[in-house]
Amino acid sequence: MPNKTWNYTWKIFTIVLMLYVILGGLLFEVPALPVIHQTIRNIYFHVGMWFSMIFILFVGFLFSLAYLRTFDLKYDRMAFATVKTGLIFGFLGIITGMIWAQNTWGTYWVNDPKLNGAAVGILVYLAYLILRASLDDPEKRGRLAAVYKIFAFVIMFVFIMILPRISGPSIHPGVDGNPALATGDLDPMMRRVFFPAILGWILFSWWIYTVVERKDKINQKINQLNADQL
Amino acid sequence: MVIKEIIYLMQKEFLLEWRQKHALGGIMLYLVSTIFICYLSFAGIMSVPTWNALFWIIIAFASLNLVLKSFADETSGRKLYLYTLATPSAIIFSKILINSIVMVVLGVLGFILFNLFMGNMAGGNFTYWLVLIIGVLGFSSILTMVSAIASQARNNFTLMAILGFPLILPLLLLLIRASLLAIEGASIKSVSGDLVVILLLVMISLTLSNILFPYLWKE
Repeated sequence: MPNKTWNYTWKIFTIVLMLYVILGGLLFEVPALPVIHQTIRNIYFHVGMWFSMIFILFVGFLFSLAYLRTFDLKYDRMAFATVKTGLIFGFLGIITGMIWAQNTWGTYWVNDPKLNGAAVGILVYLAYLILRASLDDPEKRGRLAAVYKIFAFVIMFVFIMILPRISGPSIHPGVDGNPALATGDLDPMMRRVFFPAILGWILFSWWIYTVVERKDKINQKINQLNADQL
Repeated sequence: MVIKEIIYLMQKEFLLEWRQKHALGGIMLYLVSTIFICYLSFAGIMSVPTWNALFWIIIAFASLNLVLKSFADETSGRKLYLYTLATPSAIIFSKILINSIVMVVLGVLGFILFNLFMGNMAGGNFTYWLVLIIGVLGFSSILTMVSAIASQARNNFTLMAILGFPLILPLLLLLIRASLLAIEGASIKSVSGDLVVILLLVMISLTLSNILFPYLWKE
């Protein structure tokens, strides 16, 4: 059963990768830079969280498209689970970013296009949760939620593209419209941890997503059984 | 064919608006009261950027209120009747068009009143007028789709606000920036970049509405 082996092999791989990232990220040598100093180590965690959030939310966008194509409630459950997982990683990314900002820029929040873009993205997905909570019929809830998610995702994408030109220069590192990717000027020493970190975080987020999705699935089953008994 | 349907549906909307004037009158009064409250509370502490930001926030809230009721009025029986008669594209486009027309009227009226009460800072400024007209078109095209979603759920005013505001925020920022440039005497050419981006957003939301609305419509 090669499938069954693969089911846990990738999890072991993720654990090893994340252990390497935590140990390497905290212990390996980093270049001495002014202002940032040792806080540069946060790049392995903060950037990884954003990468995994964007990955998970993009997968969720595809699930929503799949739901509207098939009207199979399985895809709706999966799309909902991606949003919950994405929000966890989004909040972690914001918290690590705020601590980092306090130590380098001297304030927890700056009026910066990339930070504001992240905040608006989180608001959209929180609104998605409220929209779901205010509908009872599963089929209708899935339909409305999927429509809003697709509509919002595309508008947000355009927003992130145009935001830098509205707000002028950004204090946050990274290419315009893409806060996470600035690997061109990354020290070779740091790449040894940075690239495994990105892969590790993405695999880890997928793992969390599968757990969240399975929990929802079990809850659905329990509700079904309870309803049948009545 | 679709164009003919859109025209008929718009005629129906106009007729309904005309018959229940209190709805539209309510929005107008909302606008007047808000501007009057701002006039009383901001007296003496008004700078040009504040003036501008305040105006756009008022317009954003007014458009939210206006667009909110565009689907709330449709009873389920009438929805079913419309469904048998018209295509979803015609319905959503007629709603967007009617909202855009009413929003332009409301925006112009609000702008005149705002200049009257809060000090005339951009009354005769052609660039500002252009930004205003294109801006309200942006609001109505994005919010109509949000209203279509929110109208099918409970407590839809709260829902409309939380679903809509994150989506119109980029537009609001663009508009505040472009209109501030207009007040400072910029030519149309220097704000044309922003206006093109807004029109792009309008095109995208029209396309998305056309693709996604059928899924909301059929039950």
